Amino acid sequence: MTWTKPFAADSFPSGSDAFPQKHLLGIAGLQTWEILYILKEAEQWVALNRSGAAKHVDTLSGLTIINAFFENSTRTLLSFEIAGKRLGADVVNMHAAQSSVKKGETLIDTAMTLNAMRADAIVIRHGSSGAVQLISGKVDCPVMNAGDGSHEHPTQALLDALTIMRRKGKVEGQTVVICGDVLHSRVARSNLFCLKSLGAEVRVVAPPALMPSGIEGFGAVPFSNFDAALNGADVIMMLRLQSERMQGDFIPSPREYFHLYGLDERRLALAKPDALVMHPGPMNRGVEIASSIADHVDRSAITEQVEMGVAVRMACLDILTRKARGQEGWA
Amino acid sequence: MTSVNIIHGHIILPGADKAEPLHLHIEDGKIASVGKAATIAEHIDASGFIVAPGIIDLGVFKTDKPAFRFGGITRAALMPDQSPVHDDPATVRFAALKGKPDLWVHPLAAATQGLDGLRMAEIALMKEAGALGVATGRKWISDSGVMLRIMHYCAALDLPVILHNEDSGVTGHAVATAGETATLLGLSSAPIIAETLAIARDLMLAEESGAHAHFRQVTTARGLDLIRAAKTKGLRVTCGITPAHIFLSDNAISDFRTFARLSPPLRSESDRLACIAALADGTIDVIASGHDPRGPEDKRLPFSESEPGMAGAETLLALALNLVRDNVISTGRMFELLASNPAKILGLNAGQIVEGQEADLILIDPDAPWQVDGDRMAALAGNTPFDRLPVQGRVRQMLKGGKVI
Repeated sequence: MTWTKPFAADSFPSGSDAFPQKHLLGIAGLQTWEILYILKEAEQWVALNRSGAAKHVDTLSGLTIINAFFENSTRTLLSFEIAGKRLGADVVNMHAAQSSVKKGETLIDTAMTLNAMRADAIVIRHGSSGAVQLISGKVDCPVMNAGDGSHEHPTQALLDALTIMRRKGKVEGQTVVICGDVLHSRVARSNLFCLKSLGAEVRVVAPPALMPSGIEGFGAVPFSNFDAALNGADVIMMLRLQSERMQGDFIPSPREYFHLYGLDERRLALAKPDALVMHPGPMNRGVEIASSIADHVDRSAITEQVEMGVAVRMACLDILTRKARGQEGWA
Repeated sequence: MTSVNIIHGHIILPGADKAEPLHLHIEDGKIASVGKAATIAEHIDASGFIVAPGIIDLGVFKTDKPAFRFGGITRAALMPDQSPVHDDPATVRFAALKGKPDLWVHPLAAATQGLDGLRMAEIALMKEAGALGVATGRKWISDSGVMLRIMHYCAALDLPVILHNEDSGVTGHAVATAGETATLLGLSSAPIIAETLAIARDLMLAEESGAHAHFRQVTTARGLDLIRAAKTKGLRVTCGITPAHIFLSDNAISDFRTFARLSPPLRSESDRLACIAALADGTIDVIASGHDPRGPEDKRLPFSESEPGMAGAETLLALALNLVRDNVISTGRMFELLASNPAKILGLNAGQIVEGQEADLILIDPDAPWQVDGDRMAALAGNTPFDRLPVQGRVRQMLKGGKVI
């Protein structure tokens, strides 16, 4: 693995100046060096997670982390739970089905309740854009966004950036193609902001009905033709297409979608020979990605993304709780 | 018999650009004479004040007396989107009585039963009960056949049709205008053609039926172009706007500010500037508050789940005065937009200072500075997108039918 660090370990501001944010609500609000700082910090947790039997530290011992998921999730919830537990925190998961928290006062009340329970960090996933920011204004502890509506999913973008860095050596200068339902995708937004901040060229590919208006204003180059976008690509990020959007409203059918926007062997050959394939999961095999590619050991980074996810979330939990833990330079 | 003089004020006369220093005499609740004070009468000293017709607010969603009193609104046309919907004569008659005597509420009749957009409501009976216009409510009627029949009906009854113009198919569940802000925030959005399409269709139906169509809020350059062309063609068409679309662009929804969630949603800066140009060139006939007070249960929510609307009654006059200060419109034209044009659309003998009209007057201190403060508003709720904005212009006194209230 070639891994040329784009930052020196001592190049960040000291103490809390390295990451002065209270919450992690999105990538759009972060400086480039703040992103790099999280990525740098995540490295140690990658090492720990690979270290064999005792993948555990007591950094967050005695702290309570609540994972409040108002939207169904398996892997992100698990990833945050493992991240918290490996750091020694007491992790509590709150599964609040979206239906039971429809009314906003209930959402605010839920936030107040969690706050009253003296959580030390709250991780929130919610189906509405901006919901996590709304809650962050009502609680005392740091809040982490685990995905809010079509807005942002910052830890996904961070783990993707870490994966690219480790596989490609750097993010800067890479040509990254993001393909799929960009309109509804928080993963696409966070990745766009993160990758542009780190100096990548970002191409977004979507059917016309699923391309957000004004995306080029954020530095993305929009394409409706996937083949054209793949020319010279270093990284191909496939997005999950929600099945409810494939019934004629946005897409005529799954097979027509795969015909135009599915990643198969033929299309992969249009990208650079060493192009990396990524997917935030869970995959719709045969809808957006062919199984043979998803399982391609050399080309697919999909399982590595999951691995980096735990490390990045450990880094975020560590960094955001340093003030409360009274770490020197952070209090 | 009561007799009141308003002396030393500057009076807004019909057709004049500026306020004239004149006395005014009120007799039995009506304007008896402009220019002459009666010898035996009670005096109201209006030194330093503009004496203007009371504001006639075309399209409010709540009867909110304290807010209307603060804002100088003496008459308000109430949208039918009430609970229950104003779609039958009894609710209309009741609503018309609610504000009296110090505020006159003119209920607008729902065009369709329950505002369902499908079944025509009892428009003629509601007219007899006091409705001065028919409204589609917060929504556009997507069925063109239904809308055409309503327009024909209203043309025959000589009632204006007050329209909301967002094509429901294009709009879907959108809460913002398509563009960079909506994309950044990940909010569902609709392109401005949602408005253009809806206006274009309704203009055609108005032409076909001969109905008077009033487009309550036209908020885009292309929509205003359509209205301009229709007026040139001689159609019975008028349109309005609220201060939100005059002074705010969709930047105001950044940070998911639900107080700036409106219907139609805030537009781009270029559309906002087109609205200002349309105020200057006379395309826009009415500035209304769109008053829609909403408490935390509707607004302290994630953006997409919050309800649209703003509390606008208190800020209407002060914000309109900004247009005068910016030389977009004259003081006289401002009161056409705020009073005489809405009165004409509704067929009211009001909205101007002329002899014989009801003495619905406001005395304005046009330069008095104050700050909009959502936490201390007179309205039922403080959901103003103009929170903390310093403004100028306060209503110092209000007369309804010659009585100080």
